Amino acid sequence: MAAAVTILLWLLFSIWPNGLEDAVGSKKIFLNAFFNGVTLGGLYFLVASGFTLIFGLMRNVNLAHGSLYLLGGYVGYEFATLTGYWLLAFPAAFIVVAALGVLMQIFVFQRIEGQELRQTLVTIGISIVLADLLLWAWGGNFYSISPPSWLIGPLDTFFVTGISSSSGEYIYLKYPLVRIVIFLASVVVGIAMWLLLNRTRVGMIILAGVDDRDMLAATGVRIQLVFIGVFAFGAGLAGVAGVVGGTFQSIAPGEDVRFLLASLVVVIVGGMGSIPGAALGALLIGLAEQIGSVYFPTYAVVLTFVIMVVVLAFRPQGLMGRAA
Amino acid sequence: MAISDIRISQPGRVLPFERVPSYYLLVGAILLFMPVFAGDFVLFQIFGWTFILGIIALSLMFLAGYGGMVSLAQMTIAGLAGYMVAIFGDSAIDKISQGWPWYIAIVLALIVAVLFATIVGWLAVRTTGIYTIMITLAIAAAFFYFTRQNYVIFNGFSGFNGVLPPRIFGIDWRGPQAFYYLTLFAALVAYSGVVYISRAPFGLALQGVRDNARRMAALGYNVTAHRVAAYAFSALLAGVGGILLTWQSAQISPGTAGIGPAIDILVIAVIGGLRHPIGPFIGAFIYVLLKTFAVDVLLYLGLRGERFQLLIGIGFLVIVFWSPDGILGLWQRFRDSRARDPLTGRSKDGAL
Repeated sequence: MAAAVTILLWLLFSIWPNGLEDAVGSKKIFLNAFFNGVTLGGLYFLVASGFTLIFGLMRNVNLAHGSLYLLGGYVGYEFATLTGYWLLAFPAAFIVVAALGVLMQIFVFQRIEGQELRQTLVTIGISIVLADLLLWAWGGNFYSISPPSWLIGPLDTFFVTGISSSSGEYIYLKYPLVRIVIFLASVVVGIAMWLLLNRTRVGMIILAGVDDRDMLAATGVRIQLVFIGVFAFGAGLAGVAGVVGGTFQSIAPGEDVRFLLASLVVVIVGGMGSIPGAALGALLIGLAEQIGSVYFPTYAVVLTFVIMVVVLAFRPQGLMGRAA
Repeated sequence: MAISDIRISQPGRVLPFERVPSYYLLVGAILLFMPVFAGDFVLFQIFGWTFILGIIALSLMFLAGYGGMVSLAQMTIAGLAGYMVAIFGDSAIDKISQGWPWYIAIVLALIVAVLFATIVGWLAVRTTGIYTIMITLAIAAAFFYFTRQNYVIFNGFSGFNGVLPPRIFGIDWRGPQAFYYLTLFAALVAYSGVVYISRAPFGLALQGVRDNARRMAALGYNVTAHRVAAYAFSALLAGVGGILLTWQSAQISPGTAGIGPAIDILVIAVIGGLRHPIGPFIGAFIYVLLKTFAVDVLLYLGLRGERFQLLIGIGFLVIVFWSPDGILGLWQRFRDSRARDPLTGRSKDGAL
């Protein structure tokens, strides 16, 4: 483990010797793939953390999570173009999607609580219906949310890609600012969630609910309210992730399935119901996807599933999960 | 019902024929003589497709109903068998297809499907319940992406076309009537096979594992082996369905075994009902009718035809939400309420 980290750090910070560049290509390509992977991991974390939180507390595999992501993206797009403020898209998407989450929890999942298979099937039904409604409303076009002007453009980082052959100076990597900002924001969200869960009363209630919800209900906590709150929060996060995804890449029909699968794999790899697991899994899957797409493009998509299968074969509960 | 009354009143010898319920004979007769009054489109497109989807959904019903394992990889296994027939047998893609005789291609395809399902099952049974759904969904997605990217074996995005059933006894088995009987025969064999296995020691042990895995383990049954074997058997059904599906459309491509079709199979099995092997066929019939005619109905009602998916989604939602056992569950409830005395709320037979 330590050796792997050392090698990675060396790959990131050293100036690559010529032999290595000949063997695997230039360091710039590697660095770009690495950063794309890390930032994509940030996006995956935003989507998957809500998914894993909902699963951990309510044992509800919300297969409509991808549709919530897509809805958030569309709502964010509408708001950003309507008001002209990119930042406004985030609260708007959060509120709208969280409200939908509240409705889903109250009118659907509360009524079939504890029936895991039925809940899962119902979420499949909801995702089919939502996908078609979204297609109806927004059509099959690609939408892209443009970030504000102060976020456009590259940023000089302190990672050396090589030495200029003419002047002998170090060449530094340039990287899109908006991706860095979004990644930092997702890190902040992750840390905030960790603090909320581990340092506040509400968080302790939620964690206690993950461990044993019957006992929690017996202590007098109004668990239905907690459920509604967590579902709304998880759904809202998916909505926010939709805006992020719309800025990063684009939103279109079919993205819902893609991000549902991504969060499934992330959560399976990381461990169900674990926020640190979601972070680790998101990072791994993001990196695998991006580095894979550079170094062996044909099977990059398959690589993520290979990782999942390997994890399952040796650690069925996931990397950070606890044995059931 | 009527038959059983007769049996009670006449305690003498019962002919084996008499023990078959009357509605079995009725349904059998209708299915057998269908080509007399049904057109080619109905035979090939409606019933052929119903039987095929029914067989694939039956493999899911077997896993979910008797084994308690809901797998979304059944369509993947069906697709793999279809691919194998195209690869080992004949297709329009000469440079990949081996062109081996049909009896070798089909057997090989089924063997590959069973082997693949055993691996899938071995992975999936390490988890239970909803985890199984997620893992099998991920496997289905992986297969879809893999076949789409791989050109050496699976011919990538376009897949294989011109995959035709062999000519045996000089009959074109893709002709509407021949294909109808072919799929009917396969469906019948699959159905009877599942009914038989559900009552055989293996099936009973599997149902025991579903109900209480720990107790079965304590009794000395190998729980994992039973579950993996269930996957292997279900692959046989799914494989047959997949081969027939490939023959029906004469092609196989990644889209055949994509995520949408995988979920469709679950929808079919759940709409029909997971309690009894007839459920998947009912579900498949409804699904095929919807898929074929929903657009016309929507247009007739003045709505746009594209909203067909919405109709299926809402129908699925309604059935799952109100009747977890699908159409069969609704029927059961209807019968129970009929058999119940409206005043006392008790069953009319005297039993509770």
